[in-house]
Amino acid sequence: MAFLEETVRGIRKDIVKMIGKASSGHPGGSLSSAEILTLLYFEQMNVDENNPQKEDRDRFVLSKGHAAPVLYATLAAKGFFPNAELENLRQLGSILQGHPDMNKVPGVDMSTGSLGQGISVAAGMALAGKMDNKSHKIYALLGDGELQEGLVWEAAMAASHYQLNNLIAFVDNNNLQIDGAICEVMSPFPIDAKFEAFGWNVITVEDGHSFDELRTAVEAAKKSEDKPTVIICKTVKGKCVSFMENNAGWHGKGPNAEEVKQALAELEA
Amino acid sequence: MAEKKATRQAYGDYLVKLGEKNPNLVVLDADLSGATKTNIFKKAYPERHFNVGIAEANLMGMAAGLATAGKVPFASTFAIFGAGRAYEIIRNSICYPKLNVKIALTHAGISVGEDGGSHQSVEDIALMRVLPNMTVLSPADAIETEKMLEAAMTIEGPVYIRLGRSDVPVLFDESYHFELGKASMMKSGSDVTIIATGLMVALAMEAADQLKEEGISAQVINMGSIKPIDVDAIKQAALTTGAIVTAEEHSIIGGLGGAVAEVLGDEAPVPLERVGVKDLFGQSGKVTPLMEKYGLTANAIVAAAKKAVSRK
Repeated sequence: MAFLEETVRGIRKDIVKMIGKASSGHPGGSLSSAEILTLLYFEQMNVDENNPQKEDRDRFVLSKGHAAPVLYATLAAKGFFPNAELENLRQLGSILQGHPDMNKVPGVDMSTGSLGQGISVAAGMALAGKMDNKSHKIYALLGDGELQEGLVWEAAMAASHYQLNNLIAFVDNNNLQIDGAICEVMSPFPIDAKFEAFGWNVITVEDGHSFDELRTAVEAAKKSEDKPTVIICKTVKGKCVSFMENNAGWHGKGPNAEEVKQALAELEA
Repeated sequence: MAEKKATRQAYGDYLVKLGEKNPNLVVLDADLSGATKTNIFKKAYPERHFNVGIAEANLMGMAAGLATAGKVPFASTFAIFGAGRAYEIIRNSICYPKLNVKIALTHAGISVGEDGGSHQSVEDIALMRVLPNMTVLSPADAIETEKMLEAAMTIEGPVYIRLGRSDVPVLFDESYHFELGKASMMKSGSDVTIIATGLMVALAMEAADQLKEEGISAQVINMGSIKPIDVDAIKQAALTTGAIVTAEEHSIIGGLGGAVAEVLGDEAPVPLERVGVKDLFGQSGKVTPLMEKYGLTANAIVAAAKKAVSRK
């Protein structure tokens, strides 16, 4: 357990550092989903950093593609590419585009960034797995604001229709989107009842930063017999950086040097 | 009277043959499998046909996902919904990652007929052509449709194939060879070149006959490969005949006419007249009067050819 805690702390530090260096990026929703990605890549997913295209690997689709920094930091920590590469986030010529590019970054299974599309693609991946009688899983991470996209529900309907029990989606429910609180902008609530009505197996994780709770949810999701599973994770936007926590202003803004210093000090404390 | 067959029918028929040869080929449709003719494939290979319901955005997204796993998805619906409604999914989830998805859209153009302007796509070539990594194919008849489907299977990346609803004359026979990025010379001539695509190719042939009677020697080029386009053929036509007419069942903005104008501007500026839909929406009607109303006729091509020649 200490290993996961140490790993996620390092990933958070890398998120802050790389977005600070780039002076651009999305720290809030990267920090809120750090435990989810850490658990997946360091414990749950069958992936090989030395063979990123391994055929029967589990797949991960970052449907909320703007949280690219958390994916990059996780992949680097796992060894898919050198950690030093993180310094090039959003720079001209970098493999680390503002949103993930599957053809540039080892370990990225799908190019994403335009909201709603990743879950639809993940459903297609899951359907392919079913056709070929494969046992690997397709994981996807959605934002709670992203649920406002109609395509999410087209995909949700199809995933249930085709009984894609190999599809496990997370909702990073941090309650904030770029323009403010999700319930004020356009409420997606109730999230659980919506997915349930669409025929999904629904699991709610009260503390989306608890590895134990997340693990229990993923283990249960893997046992779903004929339904896709959504794991709704209640999280804190900007988690572990005091001035970013629960502040929509940090959805898509890079911290300055002083703010990076303060954030890193908090993360090391 | 030549044999007639709609390109959508040729698509549906030939998909079965392609599917027989390619076990990874899968077909997705959005509740229009009777109209797009993918229901023929469904009958032959029910386990490889997926009807995603009336959800074109998800049609394209799921096709992208299947492609990441090595499948070769053919995604079909009407051109207006595929190229239109699902445009940004095609851009970001198919073209941007260069996934191996074939997008075969039917009911393109005015010849949809009675369903009217809401369903008549006259923008799809422009929309698909501007996308990096996309190949754009527009068959003139049933045989060319088959050849293009074979060619699409050899391309590792997204391909758009534009298909029509109405029966059109079969112009080619089995010996026809389609090559990506190459135009086919239908008839040679020296005064003007008519570059046509889709069902306008047959009308361009008629127009050339009419022009001959009036003493104008017109050559006809079938431009089935809209992207990549045959730059050399266009340049050569400009240099040898000195005047060009384009003919397409599409807006004159951004389609074949636009593409040819770009090449001429870059390589060999000569008078160009574009026959096509003139920045208008379509409307309901029977196909023949509709085509007349929108100036998509052999007579319109003849008039354009004369005008182009007079501008030399």
